Amino acid sequence: MNIRGIIPALVVVGVIFAIWTAAVIPMNAHLTADQAQRDGLVMTPEAPRDRQDFTGLTLAIKNPAIIPLTYTLTRPRLPSPHQVAIEMYETIFTKAPTSRRSLVYHGWVTLSATLLGFVIGTTLGVLLAVGIVYNRTMDKSVMPWAITSQTIPILALAPMIIVMLGAIGIQGLLPKSIISAYLSFFPVVVGMVKGLRSPDGMQLDLLRTYSANANQGFWKLRLPASMPYLFASLKIGISAALVGAIVGELPTGARAGFGARMLVGDQYGQPMVTWAALFGAAITAALLVAILSWIERRTLTRMGMGATA
Amino acid sequence: MDSTSVISAKNLNLTFETNDGPVHALKDVSLDIKKGEFVSFIGPSGCGKTTFLRCIAGLETPTSGDISVNGMTPDEARKARAYGYVFQAAGLYPWRTIGGNISLPLEIMGFSKAEQRERVNRVMDLVDLGGFEKRFPWQLSGGMQQRASIARALAFDADILLMDEPFGALDEIVRDHLNEQLLKLWARTEKTIAFVTHSIPEAVYLSTKIVVMSPRPGRITDVIDSPLPKDRPLDIRDSAEFIEISHRVRDGLRAGHVDD
Repeated sequence: MNIRGIIPALVVVGVIFAIWTAAVIPMNAHLTADQAQRDGLVMTPEAPRDRQDFTGLTLAIKNPAIIPLTYTLTRPRLPSPHQVAIEMYETIFTKAPTSRRSLVYHGWVTLSATLLGFVIGTTLGVLLAVGIVYNRTMDKSVMPWAITSQTIPILALAPMIIVMLGAIGIQGLLPKSIISAYLSFFPVVVGMVKGLRSPDGMQLDLLRTYSANANQGFWKLRLPASMPYLFASLKIGISAALVGAIVGELPTGARAGFGARMLVGDQYGQPMVTWAALFGAAITAALLVAILSWIERRTLTRMGMGATA
Repeated sequence: MDSTSVISAKNLNLTFETNDGPVHALKDVSLDIKKGEFVSFIGPSGCGKTTFLRCIAGLETPTSGDISVNGMTPDEARKARAYGYVFQAAGLYPWRTIGGNISLPLEIMGFSKAEQRERVNRVMDLVDLGGFEKRFPWQLSGGMQQRASIARALAFDADILLMDEPFGALDEIVRDHLNEQLLKLWARTEKTIAFVTHSIPEAVYLSTKIVVMSPRPGRITDVIDSPLPKDRPLDIRDSAEFIEISHRVRDGLRAGHVDD
């Protein structure tokens, strides 16, 4: 990416951080005022109950002394960017990756479930797409169900899958991967069906003039033609798989993974932990998509389609 | 049927059922094409020229009438690799090199690797594309791509070449050049060529026989045997004979439009 491409992206990130930084003041104003009062500062109004009548912003304007303090609370309602950065630095770089307090450890737990689920989901998605393209019955029957499957809220479905699989003795990685696969197969089905059907009538006629069989049509025309569509789907699929793995960790009291860290941070009043896990997940997703984009570019360039990708 | 006929159609009818009622794409089309002829089909869109070519190739099935290619049904002829088909667009696979595209039919038909290489080299020389084997289609001009698609149709040595407006999308200068090359190719390979076009000069310049067609229903209105010599430089198009044939084609096309 060149400089011109980076600047707009940086501006967006800058604006988001500016809004975040500004929001810290009103969001934390009440907590900070209570803390400052305990530390001996005089607040207006003095009674904590009266302060509840004011918005965070008004309170901060009435008591400008608390403004810098809103950024340094140990248990803020909204942590400031630098607090999250420090938490991430400590849990990523200063803890052994095998430690339960390391974000790398929790990241790997989620990532392994994500990757397994992604592989299952992609395989299933490609197989279903081939079935849909080559079989009329599957074309009519599978697609509506695939669409219906995605309208069920995954948050409602995930605990059921985990509990039921747990009841028959399947625990750990696989149940989470199944939720990942459930979310990631769908974009692959849709993309691959479109991709396998992308050759136009003329290209299909050309093969007919060679008396090519269905097998040759698949391997020599439909499959290579679907590659650009497949990669677009894989990039959506892998982010969906990561969300699936995290959702799989949330409702069941998992002890490890990004989902577990988010829940722990929430339940024990450690917002920095939650936010660090959130950013960890976002960075993981970005890296996964970046890796797929790189593979996409390499593959399509080698296939002579780099110019169009 | 004449013993030297390669393609023979007798009272061919083809009706497409559409939502607006039946469409007579071909009505009572009878035509004999002899070995080594260069036959052009010319007419406005909807006259059935492409449909007729597709019937020869077995890509469409006539509603009634007889058609034979090399004495076989079109389906049998196709399985016997009787013809190579060149479409309106080059339709090269973007993920294959030019050499890879030309060897596509050879792979499908099960030629050995060594034979594939030998044939690819031979037909690439035939269309003046020697040295471009490793290039990808997007690295070639439109005219070169269409030449590659002709090479692809020649690769498996079919006696008949069916060409459906192969130069329709190219500019006139490129088209002139390709027409000249096609005539040389035809002289060298002695193939039978059926060529669909809607350019009068192209049809007259290339053909030994010009079939004029008109629409609704698609039918043949005139068949002109060209008196032009086989050896045709580009400037033959300024000769009196050439202009005379062009007039006859134009009159034929106009007559077909009377009922519009």
